[in-house]
Amino acid sequence: MLSPNEVPLDQIDVADAELFRSDAVFGYFDRLRREDPIHYCSTNKLYGPYWSVTRFKDIVEVETKPQIFSSEARGITIEDDTLGLGTPMFIAMDPPKHGEQRMSVSPAVSPENLMNLEVGIRQRTNEVLDGLPVNQTFDWVDRVSIELTTQMLAILFGFPQEHRRMLTRWSEVGSASPESGSSVVESPEARMQELHMCLGYFTALWHQRAAAEPQPDLISMLAHAEATRDMPSRPLEFLGNLMLLIIGGNDTTRSTMSGSVLALNRNPEEYRKLCARPELVTSFVPEAIRWQTPLTHMRRTALCDTMLGGKQIRKGDRIVMWYLSGNRDPQSIERPDEFIIDRKNPRHQIAFGFGIHRCLGNRLAELQLRVLWEEALKRWNKPMQIEVVGDPVPVDTSIIFRGFSHLPVRINA
Amino acid sequence: MIKIHFVDHGGTERSVEVEDGISLMEAATQNLIPGIDGDCGGSCACATCHMHIDPEWLDRLPPIEDQENQMLDIVDLRDADSRLGCQVKVSPELDGIVVRTPIGQH
Repeated sequence: MLSPNEVPLDQIDVADAELFRSDAVFGYFDRLRREDPIHYCSTNKLYGPYWSVTRFKDIVEVETKPQIFSSEARGITIEDDTLGLGTPMFIAMDPPKHGEQRMSVSPAVSPENLMNLEVGIRQRTNEVLDGLPVNQTFDWVDRVSIELTTQMLAILFGFPQEHRRMLTRWSEVGSASPESGSSVVESPEARMQELHMCLGYFTALWHQRAAAEPQPDLISMLAHAEATRDMPSRPLEFLGNLMLLIIGGNDTTRSTMSGSVLALNRNPEEYRKLCARPELVTSFVPEAIRWQTPLTHMRRTALCDTMLGGKQIRKGDRIVMWYLSGNRDPQSIERPDEFIIDRKNPRHQIAFGFGIHRCLGNRLAELQLRVLWEEALKRWNKPMQIEVVGDPVPVDTSIIFRGFSHLPVRINA
Repeated sequence: MIKIHFVDHGGTERSVEVEDGISLMEAATQNLIPGIDGDCGGSCACATCHMHIDPEWLDRLPPIEDQENQMLDIVDLRDADSRLGCQVKVSPELDGIVVRTPIGQH
């Protein structure tokens, strides 16, 4: 097999899940950023032709021109309409509808509300950590990452905690793509059937909230906000927004909760630094998010002919912004291939995207990660004490999500 | 040097002196003013330098351009005094400006 530097430039096609699973994609991104930062690929059979935007600055340019680069036209992932719903969710809408719907849920993650949430997050984190076995191998993904993010999601939705693993399942089903090979669901029909169960459950929850006084949970906020109060009458839009909030709040933070353990284990010097100076958690967290970049890309569609980085883009072209590449761009981030927990500007990174679609829950994600590591370091404060003892298993939706389905860990007491 | 008075969410005032020509966002982040993050580094792309300008100073500022307006639409608690700090460069005319900073940024 040819190395990334030997493949003829015009044959480079990074949209291959296997390249992401093995991390081989980094070599291709390095080459594209150097030689062809806005790169056209016409040979991909699974997704069709697409542009790769690989430099940090060019990604920001695309993100800040929603009037040219649309989220609504053909969806937000390289695959057209991943959810099979016609993607009616606010992340995949253009202004002004996007702003109206986004503002209906944003109070849930306002600075004030995050302060209110922190006490509960800490309490649940402590319970989860207290329940972990020591001196024996367990799956960090299942016991910590999934458990914590799913509990959080249940709180945000006001969803019954005893049924919270249904959210985990719906997240997996929602992001699964049976067409391009997935072990999660058998067929597109089976997938839609499960998603309709999800819709039914939430519709009942919605009617309950709509009939009651407003509460600070997402369903109640949507049910009472002017722009969204009639959403269940458009079931696909309702399901689309549920999927956005479930997947956005689940698969992403979950991946960094796992990835942060892996990053420390692969960079023992940084692990030592963190144990010696636990106050570095505040910069370690955004650095771990950059390092992991749980969402590999987002996609836009050009609404008109335009120029981007010297390339002629045609109306209707598919533009893929590779966040994973932007976060390794040496022109915007110093020593980007190194994991450095005490960077000067750790939040100057692109994992949350930029522009009007920038991740709504970014500070909540940081909060959950910060509390997890503050509490973990109180219990286990020696370098390599939380030890990765086997190979991580990447998720099978790796073209979009950079995360793990299993991570064997042993806490050495 | 230009003097800027930052008043935080709790009412505490911090006065800083900065060089002519930098932005209000840079003035805040360089001096570790709480509540201002500036994640995108000044590209008007993250809205984490949202601040409220004292009304007395508001009309001395450059007008809000489309991109800033678009980003202000996604901030928490936008009001008539809201600006993104990265889009306002300090100059001698703004010497002594009073800026209120929010409790935090999304």
